[in-house]
Amino acid sequence: MESNKNFVLGVFDDEDILLQAVTKVRDRGIKIHEVYSPFPVHGLDEALGYKRTRLPIAAFVFGMTGTALALIMQIWMMGYDWPMIIGGKNFAALPPFIPVIFELTVLLSALGMVATFLIVSDMKPYKWPQQFDLRSTDDKHILAIDLAINKLTKDDIGALLKDSGAQEVNDKNF
Amino acid sequence: MVAEEYYEFKPEAKKKIAILGAVGIVLFILGVFLAMGSGSGHEEEHASAQTLTNLVASADQVAAAPEVTAEEHHGSPVWLKRIYTSLWQNNIFFAGIGIIGLFFVTIQYAAQAGWSAPIKRIPLAMGQWIPISGILMLVLWFIVKADVFHWTHHDLYVEGDGFDAIINGKSGYFFWPLDAGGFPLFFILRMVVFFGLWYLFFVWIKREMLAEDINGGTAHWTKARSLSAVFLVIFAVSSSIAAWDWVMSIDTHWYSTMMGWYVFASWFVTGLAVITLLVIYLKEGGYLKMVNANHLHNLGLFVFAFSIFWTYIWFSQFLLIYYANIPEETVYFVNQMNNSPYSWVFYVSIIMNFVLPFLLFMTRDSKRHMSMLKVVCVIVVIGHWFDFYNMVTPGVMQHDGGLGFLEIGLTMVFVAAFLYVTLLALSKAPLVAKNHPMMGEALNHHI
Repeated sequence: MESNKNFVLGVFDDEDILLQAVTKVRDRGIKIHEVYSPFPVHGLDEALGYKRTRLPIAAFVFGMTGTALALIMQIWMMGYDWPMIIGGKNFAALPPFIPVIFELTVLLSALGMVATFLIVSDMKPYKWPQQFDLRSTDDKHILAIDLAINKLTKDDIGALLKDSGAQEVNDKNF
Repeated sequence: MVAEEYYEFKPEAKKKIAILGAVGIVLFILGVFLAMGSGSGHEEEHASAQTLTNLVASADQVAAAPEVTAEEHHGSPVWLKRIYTSLWQNNIFFAGIGIIGLFFVTIQYAAQAGWSAPIKRIPLAMGQWIPISGILMLVLWFIVKADVFHWTHHDLYVEGDGFDAIINGKSGYFFWPLDAGGFPLFFILRMVVFFGLWYLFFVWIKREMLAEDINGGTAHWTKARSLSAVFLVIFAVSSSIAAWDWVMSIDTHWYSTMMGWYVFASWFVTGLAVITLLVIYLKEGGYLKMVNANHLHNLGLFVFAFSIFWTYIWFSQFLLIYYANIPEETVYFVNQMNNSPYSWVFYVSIIMNFVLPFLLFMTRDSKRHMSMLKVVCVIVVIGHWFDFYNMVTPGVMQHDGGLGFLEIGLTMVFVAAFLYVTLLALSKAPLVAKNHPMMGEALNHHI
């Protein structure tokens, strides 16, 4: 496999030093590819400048789709396709439809959110994940910087990472 | 760890509360005169109410007996009945807000929640209303019983015209161990025991919380947690039975297994909204600097979640009664929905208690900003007042019920009294716990 993606990795074992390093690296105008950590680090999202996810909007749209689908389905079935008298109620009475409306709303918003999340995060079933450093699943935080999108050289970035408190600075090519 | 902070109950705040109460009294008196003046034009409405009762009773197995008693027991004039109904409704509503203050504190302990450490004194201060509402409830009960509680009438339990087989079958629940139709010892005993237990646990838990300020350590916190766990078990049972006693027994023939939860859900979401409003009031007054958007977010989430919980309970009750269509159950909603003076309250309460909080609180930002929290919490509190109005009034007033200056004025008096008691209690102890073991977690709370 030809190596067309080159990364510099900073390895940290303390989340406070990691947070300072992230701020320092970003202040120098270097774009960070991603930070991998064994546990959620409070304030990391803000330090990396990530915007809040727009997943709730997708959830709302999918949920509304479920609501509409359930309403249309039941009104069509019970009101037009095969009207049945149940308990002397109207053919298309709203109250008994509400449990189905609720269930379909929840189902579609949940499935839609999962699907949206997988697509947006580029997590297709056949896709093999890029593993920068397996220690990020154990006791180290890994700060990955993509060389292709940054102007500084590998050595400059490495020196900066060392300067910010990285224990090791490694290369990774995919 | 935290600088000592005291809430100062300033004379301006007292003056505002006094004005609120005074305006309430004026409106109430005005409302009474208006209600007395319009008392004569009710003959036709009586007739239609009677038709409705006939309709329901004919489907009912008790046949004609209850109508006769209903006719006999018209009792007090309409305006007086309205006062009684409104007093009873408001007292249950505000008793609930007070007891939810204590309930909120205890679930924070039982769940070992850390985020709420800086605001726990506010629900605790609301608990100060428990003894007052307890005494008020007991006194009020003896005043309003003949008009509000149909089951208190003696002739329902005596063989004859007034005999009511259904109510007679339930008599043990009210009158045990005394004779049916006499003094309802079991009922009164429950009321006294519930308020007594609630107040006792309030005193115990408050003592631990205040002792913690002086002594520090985790011993007081652990003790308060144990007390909270016991209280929660007691409250689970007593709140349910209280709902049957004080709310459901108004419609004595009718019963719903959801009523305990339903009243609790309504109380809880109202209490949460009141806690949120008090926190915002204090923050705007310059107190509670450590309470930030994250804590407000949690309170907003609570109001949002339990608005939906209330709707779930409300709908569970409604759907089964609607679908089964058993006359003795359906009459409850017939009295509230179609061709009823209460139908607008019925629909408005669903909009204010479910649709508006659900849509307005859906986004994250709306729960983190005080302006939006204020709007939604006020909607929720008023909406649940409507909810309690519809739980109490149709059963007592039939088609004569009203919602005017009389009810609004009385509610304002209750609001003023509740705020005065709560804020006074708040000013007597440090506003923020000084040695709470989880204060550090709360100060770094981040969601």
